[in-house]
This record gives sequence, structure tokens and C-alpha cells, in this order.
Amino acid sequence: MLNLCGRHLVSPSDLALSEIDSIIALAQDMQRQRGNYSELCRGKILATLFYEPSTRTKLSFESAMLRMGGSILGFSDANASAVAKGESLADTIRVMDAYADIIVLRHPKEGAPKLASAYSRVPIVNGGDGGHQHPTQTLTDLLTIHAFKGRVSDLSVAFCGDLKYGRTVHSLIETLVRYPGGKFYLISPEELVLPPRLREYLQRTSSCQLIECRSMEEALPHIDILYMTRIQKERFFNEADYLRLKNSYILDAAKLLLAKQDLVVMHPLPRVNEIAYEVDADPRAAYFAQAECGVYVRMSLMAHLLGVTS
Amino acid sequence: MWRLCPYVVNGTLTGGDELMIKVAGIKRGTVIDHVTAGKGLWIFNKLNLASLGHPVVLLMNVQSSRLGRKDIIKIEDYTAVDTAMLGLIDAGITVNIIENEQVVTKTQVSLPQVVSGLFVCGNPRCVSNSDHYVTPIFALYEAHSRAYLCEYCEEVTKVAWK
Repeated sequence: MLNLCGRHLVSPSDLALSEIDSIIALAQDMQRQRGNYSELCRGKILATLFYEPSTRTKLSFESAMLRMGGSILGFSDANASAVAKGESLADTIRVMDAYADIIVLRHPKEGAPKLASAYSRVPIVNGGDGGHQHPTQTLTDLLTIHAFKGRVSDLSVAFCGDLKYGRTVHSLIETLVRYPGGKFYLISPEELVLPPRLREYLQRTSSCQLIECRSMEEALPHIDILYMTRIQKERFFNEADYLRLKNSYILDAAKLLLAKQDLVVMHPLPRVNEIAYEVDADPRAAYFAQAECGVYVRMSLMAHLLGVTS
Repeated sequence: MWRLCPYVVNGTLTGGDELMIKVAGIKRGTVIDHVTAGKGLWIFNKLNLASLGHPVVLLMNVQSSRLGRKDIIKIEDYTAVDTAMLGLIDAGITVNIIENEQVVTKTQVSLPQVVSGLFVCGNPRCVSNSDHYVTPIFALYEAHSRAYLCEYCEEVTKVAWK
């Protein structure tokens, strides 16, 4: 286990590949032998500061800390906290870091965790900042890919849906291109393509192949992993645009007939209608297993950042 | 000797066929030279020189062999001009620092590699646009398009000061 004690996690690029490997390896062991880690964080406190609604990220962090014997505190509604009185994020962080040993922050403003990390004496973990980054979802996704494919390199991965505002997509693709042999299909309507700056960055910093598609059918026969995303209503300034685009891509059993038998279908959840319920019964549907991976990878991450060892 | 322009201050008018103005050199201070004609007043305002408390001369539409016309700003007894801002406004500017009536340093400004607080991030979702604690910080991303990368949201903002 590598020493990451006291570090912040704002972006996946904060972690070297060897550090990601260390987090994944411990998460795999925690998944196999959860009981061995039930006292690992006894006496530690996790603060979950969620300025935006969340179910999976918040509860999986809380579950992770509770499963390691630690305690939790925090809020999930900024309007019910001092924020509603006009308190700045920096002030909130400078107070909370006296109350907790590690802080998970979700915020609608992009870059908020970076700001928080400048004022915190304890590790800040980005639990999602606007359409920017979601590094712990990336770790979750990597653990899932390891579980189903046994590797994260030399894979053909399709990202489908909202590639413009989808922070899970941004974080994951930025990380996957650091591994060799990746081929990426980008399936989205024109209005929701990957941000040009990110696309240019990926091409500049890696030798990966990026293939833009407008239909799922183009990509499905060729891919090892299909990463579905929700068209996020909360990221649109204009509701008319959201209504026009929300049904762009729907995965159903008929479309899956085009795919490989060992395809892995992932989704960060929650889904709205982009994956039909009939797909749940298909053995290629991995999204609920993916959600479970989220608990173990967050256990491992917190153990690393808190510097606790079994 | 420079030709008279209506905005010149602190000068001395002299006679002749053309109305000319003589501006004395400064003993110590800063001369911002080779300012693209027309940008002098803007720089004067951007650097907030009116409230600096030092004598300042703004010359506009001065003849220049290199530029045809240029603006010049002279600031007496002050050398701490913001060259990053000048680089953003006009990369052709030369900043001369004067000591004992001699030029001791001559700096050609350029687009700064890092910019702090001089412009706002173009991304409306960026935390730097909504939190008073944040000073926007940018790193030069692409010089030819004057594009800067926000340290917070990692979006690109193109600076339109030119």
C-alpha cells in the first residue's frame, strides 16, 4: 500500500498510475475480505459536504467509512447549512476541517474542490464538481473494469450520451488514456460532444484513438465496454435543449444483439431511460456491480488518504 | 519633441510652424513605450494611474519610426508597473526603467505565462465566478489565440484585450 497520507484528490491526474494501482489492489482485497477491515478507521470522522443532491456518492462514502468502523457527519442540502446564511466555501472548509479527519465535497461549481483544498488541513476528496471531474467515480469504474475484464489497457471503450457535461466521462477518459492500447468511441449528439479542449488534450498527451459516432449501432459491434451516461437536466441552462436531447440514446435488448458477448455495460447511475429495464437481466449489464465497487474503492481511497493500515 | 495631441498633460507648448510639445525626461521612474496608438488611455485607466499619486504623462499619437504612430506613458518615481497586464494588452510594449535619467532596464513585454486576477474565467459554472475568496488564476495555454487555462475549472478563456 503506497503512502498517500494527507493528500487531496481533486482530479484523477492527482494520482500516479502506481497510486491508482495501490488503491485498486486494496479495494479488491477489501471486497474479498471485508471483515478484516471493519476496525480500520475506528476513531476517524468523515464529513460529507454535499452542495448538490447525491445518492450513490454520498451514501457509498458513508457506507465505506461505517464499514471501516469510523463515523460520519455532514449535510446534503446546502440550504440547511450556514451556506444559506452566506458563508463562503473557504470558511465552511476551515471550520469543518476541525470537525473531521477527511472531507468529501460535492459542489455545483467547477473547481470548488480545488479551492477547498487550498484551505483544508485534512484531505479533500472531490465528490463531483459541476461538469468538471468526478475522480472517485473513475476509481469505481476502474475497479469494475478490472473485475470484469481483468485489465484496463488494450480495451475498446464507447462513451455514450452526454459527453459535454458528463464529469464521469471526463474523469474516466482522461485516466484511461494513460494506459496503453485504448480505443475510444465517442457517441453523442452534436450538441453534447466532448469539450474540444479535453479532446485536444487527450490527443496531445496520448496515442489513443478517438472515434466520433452519432449512433450506437456504429460502435456496438466493436467495443469491449459501453459506458452509458444520463443526459443531465441540471447541467442545462435552457430546458428546451434538455427536452430535445434527453432521449438521444437508449440501450435496449435489440441493440445489444449487435454487441460482443463479453461486452460490459456500465453506467455511473442514476439512469433515467437511457438503459431499458430489460437490459438489467442481460449478463453484460454491470452497472449494479459497478455501484457496489464504489463502496470498496472509497474504503480503499480513504484508508490511503488517512494513512491507516490494517 | 512630439506632436501635440489633445490628451497630453503636464507638457510645455512651444511655438513654430506646427504646434509642438516638449515633455521633459524623467530622472527616475518608468517609461511605457511603443504602445499601439490609441491604447494609451486604456492602459492609463487599466493601471489606475490617475490615483497613483505620482506625476504621470500620457502622450498619444506620437510619431514612431517603428509603428508610424504610438502612445507613450511616463511615470515619475514609480517602477512597479504590472508588466503582466501590459503583456496582455499589447505585446509590443517596451518598459524602460529609469534611474538617474538613464535607462537601466528595457523589457519587451510578452503574454504572461501565469495570470492572476486580471480577467475572469469565461466559464459561468467556474467557482472563480461565484466565490469572493477566489482570485482567478490562469496558465497560458495557446499564445497565438491568447488562450488561458483556468486553474480551477480547467476551461479555456480567450483574452480579448488587444
